[in-house]
Amino acid sequence: MSEAKEAPRMPDECGVPDPMPLMHPMMRENYGKWDWHDRPRPGVLHHVAKSGDEIWTIKAGTQRQMDLHTIRKLCDIADEMADGHVRFTARSNIEYMVTDEARVDPLIEKLEGEGFPVGGTGNSISMISHTQGWLHCDIPGTDASGVVKSLMDEIYHDFKHEEMPNRVKITTSCCQINCGGQGDIAINIQHTKPPVINHDLVANVCERPAVVARCPVAAIRPALVNGKPSLEVDEKKCICCGACYPPCPPMQINDPENSVLAIWVGGKHSSTRTKPTFHKLVISGLPNNAPRWPEVAVVVKTILKAYKEDGRPWERMSEWIDRIGWPRFFEMTNLPFTKHHIEDWRGGRNALNQSTHVHF
Amino acid sequence: MAKEMPKTPLLDQLEDGPWPSFVTGLKRLANDDTSYAPMMKSLLGQLEHSYDTRKGYWKGGTVGVRGYGGGIIPRFSEVAGAYPESSEFHTMRVMPPAGMHYDTKTLRKLCDIWAKYGSGLIAFHGQSGDIMFQGISTENIQPCFDELNEYGFDLGGAGAAIRTSMSCVGAARCEQSNYDEARALRSVINNLLDDMHRPSLPYKMKFKFSGCANDCVNASHRSDFAVLGTWRDDIKVNQEEIKNKVAELGRKGFNDQVVNLCPTRALSLNDDDTLEIDNKSCVRCMHCINVCTKALSPGDDKGITILIGGKRTLKIGDLMGSCIVPFMKLESDEDFDALVELTESCVEFFAENALEHERTGEMIDRIGLVNYLEGVGIEVDPNMVAHPRTSSYARMDDWDEQAEKWNKRKGNAAAE
Repeated sequence: MSEAKEAPRMPDECGVPDPMPLMHPMMRENYGKWDWHDRPRPGVLHHVAKSGDEIWTIKAGTQRQMDLHTIRKLCDIADEMADGHVRFTARSNIEYMVTDEARVDPLIEKLEGEGFPVGGTGNSISMISHTQGWLHCDIPGTDASGVVKSLMDEIYHDFKHEEMPNRVKITTSCCQINCGGQGDIAINIQHTKPPVINHDLVANVCERPAVVARCPVAAIRPALVNGKPSLEVDEKKCICCGACYPPCPPMQINDPENSVLAIWVGGKHSSTRTKPTFHKLVISGLPNNAPRWPEVAVVVKTILKAYKEDGRPWERMSEWIDRIGWPRFFEMTNLPFTKHHIEDWRGGRNALNQSTHVHF
Repeated sequence: MAKEMPKTPLLDQLEDGPWPSFVTGLKRLANDDTSYAPMMKSLLGQLEHSYDTRKGYWKGGTVGVRGYGGGIIPRFSEVAGAYPESSEFHTMRVMPPAGMHYDTKTLRKLCDIWAKYGSGLIAFHGQSGDIMFQGISTENIQPCFDELNEYGFDLGGAGAAIRTSMSCVGAARCEQSNYDEARALRSVINNLLDDMHRPSLPYKMKFKFSGCANDCVNASHRSDFAVLGTWRDDIKVNQEEIKNKVAELGRKGFNDQVVNLCPTRALSLNDDDTLEIDNKSCVRCMHCINVCTKALSPGDDKGITILIGGKRTLKIGDLMGSCIVPFMKLESDEDFDALVELTESCVEFFAENALEHERTGEMIDRIGLVNYLEGVGIEVDPNMVAHPRTSSYARMDDWDEQAEKWNKRKGNAAAE
């Protein structure tokens, strides 16, 4: 009989960790018992509990994809200047909490000195939501970290200041699946050519019925190509969305020239004032111009400038455009209005102006 | 001879400018005197190649840890011949503490474990909310997971599974919170771990938890099951603070910025600078409370609204979550149990009725909301619609029975 081997370690299915032992003690003590807040300056929140306890939160931008040195430096700052606790926001900003107002300014100075801009609160432009891109994704049409870094450099002032009509959330996505989500401004890949198929590989790599089923417009069908079972695309029907590419990598959708960038505006997740809205196309055809995507930055800054100058307090991008109308939006941003702006997807009639409401 | 730093003229351009640079970070790792440095030199070479050719070079595969079927994103390089040390560069998705709170001891420990086994690169956090430990070889995954797991962290979701969840800061620091977001997240997700770690659903399913309608974690659209805080009694008003706000903004400013932006015209400024609120018309949108943080706050009878079916483009187009539970209390243990039971019903119905690669919202679009409600055991409610149907193309031969059902429910509610 062979010697009994030690049983391999099985996972401890412990799930989501309890945040209570990790959060700042004052937040733990006043959990669910806060009274009001204000923002003494951009990048700083001041919360007052019913108990009278006060806490100041200092919010700073990070590069999200962080090396260990950066994380340890952020920890050093928390240990030295705050109380050893931090939290991250949904947009990868880091938050430091202090219970003594006198510690706010030195902490801001320290963070800025170490290269972490303080801001992202209220009616500022917060960190751009961030996907993986060329660094790690298996289907990216562009990079994520580089696009975000380039744009944040351009809108740095508006991260650190609260000068917009309301908060601005910008998102980026490296394919049309749009992992970045809805945004006041969304910068997303738009493919313009059907997939290029390597017929030698399809039969071995792809589960063909599943790929056929993925196509939103039923443009893919099984076919024998050069005697091998493969797939073919009806290029007249194809909308170049790239949905077939993840389940079937031999159907290459990414193209250095023909995968372009499109900009969408007016997405909003909250139910605040108006109901949530999807972002709408305003321009496509911008080149995927690594490493700094200057053409994208020009359009984004143009849109932001128009919104900043013309938006009223508390109007989000979608609410501003609702008021001024799309003709004026295109006029103010000097962007072309084309047949591609008119929705022809299911339910598209709801996007038409079914009224005599016309802007002059 | 130690591996040389690759030339990265394109990436170098991302070191300029005021925003923190991920490229500088990648280079720091590549220049470290540690086990991961060769991998990061190689990674920088491949990334520069992507910038040069404008294409990605990663493919998936099958990599995992013992006992689980998901949670690792396998990445194998398609250009490993030129960049061999990063030929395997997998991501480990790890669930953060609810609300993403950390103490530095924990963060340092995570760094130490990652320095030992991985690339030194971590994203706080991915779009679903995971801590993304990016870049690890196949052979290091199991020992790395074992250490993280023994330290109290668990893998998140990937593939056709329950995904890692997010909650806002909520009750920990926000007076606008209407329930215990962290408890709700942990109660729901920790009950569904089997469907997270062993992917066998038709497609992904996401849950998100926001404390109010401001929806700071984007639950309404970015989750299949969105839990949002609300209340059903009156907004609390401190009229003295209203007067202060009127003094601060001016009457015109107060009317422009508060009263006139109310979506249901429920506000009116009285002649004495106090605020009149028509609470029956109020939809708890949060706007006036956001502006008047000292004067206004959510009521005392707090709870949640649940939206179902939010998702992004694939396959039929974007869908916004829609209301299936207008209000539910979430205070007692029984309330939390009821929420957990509802999520179980929704996951079960999804597992049994969705087509392959179909999200909850798409399934509801295909079968109709009424069939979904019957499937998960929820009664119809006018808060579920923007307006009643406009098309007469429907069979209504059981109208009397349905009307009787409503009248009986109304009678029962009145008797309570």
